[in-house]
Amino acid sequence: MSSWPVYGDWRLLTSRRVWATGYKMNCRSEVLEVSVEGRQVEEAMLAVLHTVLLHRSTGKFHYKKEGTYSIGTVGTQDVDCDFIDFTYVRVSSEELDRALRKVVGEFRDALRNSGGDGLGQMSLEFYQKKKSRWPFSDECIPWEVWTVKVHVVALATEQERQICREKVGEKLCEKIINIVEVMNRHEYLPKMPTQSELDNVFDTGLRDVQPYLYKISFQITDALGSSVTTTMRRLIKDTLAL
Amino acid sequence: METDLNSQDRKDLDKFIKFFALKTVQVIVQARLGEKICTRSSSSPTGSDWFNLAIKDIPEVTHEAKKALAGQLPAVGRSMCVEISLKTSEGDSMELEIWCLEMNEKCDKEIKVSYAVYNRLSLLLKSLLAITRVTPAYRLSRKQGHEYVILYRIYFGEVQLNGLGEGFQTVRVGTVGTPVGTITLSCAYRINLAFMSTRHFERTPPIMGIIIDHFVDRPYPSSSPMHPCNYRTTSEDTGVTYPSVEDSQEVCTTSFSTSPPSQCVFTVTKAHFQTPPPVVTDTLRVPMAGLAFSHQPAALGVGSADLAYPVVFAAGLNATHPHQLMVPGKEGGVPLAPNQPAHGTQADQERVATCTPSDGAHCAATPSSSEDTETVSNSSEGRASPHDVLETIFVRKVGAFVNKPINQVTLTSLDIPFAMFAPKNLELEDADPMVNPPDSPETTSPLQGSLLSDGSSGGSSGNTQDDFVMIDFKPAFSKDDILPMDLGTFYREFQNPPQLSSLSIDIGAQSMAEDLDSLPEKLAVHEKNVREFDAFVETLQ
Repeated sequence: MSSWPVYGDWRLLTSRRVWATGYKMNCRSEVLEVSVEGRQVEEAMLAVLHTVLLHRSTGKFHYKKEGTYSIGTVGTQDVDCDFIDFTYVRVSSEELDRALRKVVGEFRDALRNSGGDGLGQMSLEFYQKKKSRWPFSDECIPWEVWTVKVHVVALATEQERQICREKVGEKLCEKIINIVEVMNRHEYLPKMPTQSELDNVFDTGLRDVQPYLYKISFQITDALGSSVTTTMRRLIKDTLAL
Repeated sequence: METDLNSQDRKDLDKFIKFFALKTVQVIVQARLGEKICTRSSSSPTGSDWFNLAIKDIPEVTHEAKKALAGQLPAVGRSMCVEISLKTSEGDSMELEIWCLEMNEKCDKEIKVSYAVYNRLSLLLKSLLAITRVTPAYRLSRKQGHEYVILYRIYFGEVQLNGLGEGFQTVRVGTVGTPVGTITLSCAYRINLAFMSTRHFERTPPIMGIIIDHFVDRPYPSSSPMHPCNYRTTSEDTGVTYPSVEDSQEVCTTSFSTSPPSQCVFTVTKAHFQTPPPVVTDTLRVPMAGLAFSHQPAALGVGSADLAYPVVFAAGLNATHPHQLMVPGKEGGVPLAPNQPAHGTQADQERVATCTPSDGAHCAATPSSSEDTETVSNSSEGRASPHDVLETIFVRKVGAFVNKPINQVTLTSLDIPFAMFAPKNLELEDADPMVNPPDSPETTSPLQGSLLSDGSSGGSSGNTQDDFVMIDFKPAFSKDDILPMDLGTFYREFQNPPQLSSLSIDIGAQSMAEDLDSLPEKLAVHEKNVREFDAFVETLQ
């Protein structure tokens, strides 16, 4: 392809890149808000999370000699919501779907049991790991955080519920368009890692796809407005000390 | 950094843009077919999945897209457009959306073709997948059927948005900068319908006054015929054999390098399949026929092979491609096609392979009984292809559940695609398992037994049913896309369970007698093995 820079230039390139990386390490943050009925919480959250992860997942990397790698294939599937007039696309990975459903289920239960105003939020954070020397533990440096704020409303009549189905469906359509808009900006993404660095950038634990390293947490806001932190950490592989 | 694109990069870029355009069209059209799309992830690269995404290629669509492109690529002033429109059963039509793939002059010279451009195009396709489910036309297309259908048309040239009515909205799917220009993908969609809920539209046919631009003549110089998104009215196409998709089988084995990032080893090899697998080609020819929500038996009267499509489709794909297109609602993996004329054996093997475990009980019945077409036709009633299609097929001139002697039903006069495979034993009352239950069937579960002798052969013996013709059966509160066997088919299937064989007098007595006779022998055997049984019981404790 392009010609290789000579040694002197290479050094310059390196330092510039480091600086550039450091500059771009400001974490990008996006916030979405939805108002839903209690039984719609799960599907609305899954729709948003899956849409984000669709864009932030690749096929599995297979490294070959000479530092080249090839990428597996990502399949997709449509999911119809039962309580919302809406269909979203997710990556065809049962493991990923199960993991998301688990944490969304916990969020939904926590919301239900909180007894508060029905306010809560989930955060999907993409991060990179930076190995530190012993005795320091690895750093997790987030580079993108998606926050979805949920407001649960209670509806009285069946007619209201029907309208809510359609309205929430339309709202989710807007959210998907927002998400795609952000994705399309082609802002900072971790550079493709070497084989040894793969686990610092991607979650290699899934069988069929490879999302960027992520963790999901949630918070429930109680009636007083102060946040009662019920943070769930999603453990990625065997790391995360403490 | 070089500013001029070297020839290899240029070639690669052109190829990427070409295949990106083709895949874009596939995604858009498939999203308007009215069915849920499902493809499988594969951890090992197959080499034929462009942009590392499992997007199926429908040959007809590829053919149309290539015809429209005519060897050119999107460039400034020359955009590739996919027009989605709606046509009612009365013949009124209306444009719903125009998807545009455009190129502008803004170049990004710095970007790496083989690496960044490719990955960004992949991301853009994912965005397209998401956005196609979000525009108003999606929900309309999911409900298409006998009242209206969704059509697509591909053209190349200037974008024409006149047909969308006033106040149409635009959504941008994304952009990718390349050294020769910036690729933009966007959609302009009509919003008049947005004010009408989709349910309202279904119930009331469009009133002439509301939609003003109904009968706009299409003054497009390059106007190409509209194509249905569900392949229902492909009367012109039924005879056409589309060239097997050699180009899209051009293998894209991209390998990326991680050793210093500016050095990318990128190989694109052409692997022309010597003999395109016949099953794939043929079945993909009219791939969605069975998936259309069509209520016209005539459309499927082309031959029994049509009904086989959804199943063979999945089966064929499974064998020859690592990713399969599954339509979860229809459980395409369930093997139950009756004999397909040309590909019987091959499909047979694949049929078994795609038998899904969730259908365990039924699967046992189908593959082994190719001569027992009653099983096939019966269990097919229970499962795959849209059940409402099968409902109409099984409308007989005699009531569906009529208790009439079978030989009165003249199969030749019925418009049943299965007619040629209708079991000969249907013509003879004696051979009818309903009337004479089979003698102690060897390997049966009670469920299987009841399915073998149910339903389509006519009324169950012993039940008196009034004559009625069941045309369409949509039970309340049921959905047709969750399980392969939905409420309607379940109800129909179990409406007339056969008599338990043990209850019918002679057979019951016969088998009971046999049982009694064999008892002493069995007891003797068990007594001999007493020690083994005891040992086993001990292991349990």
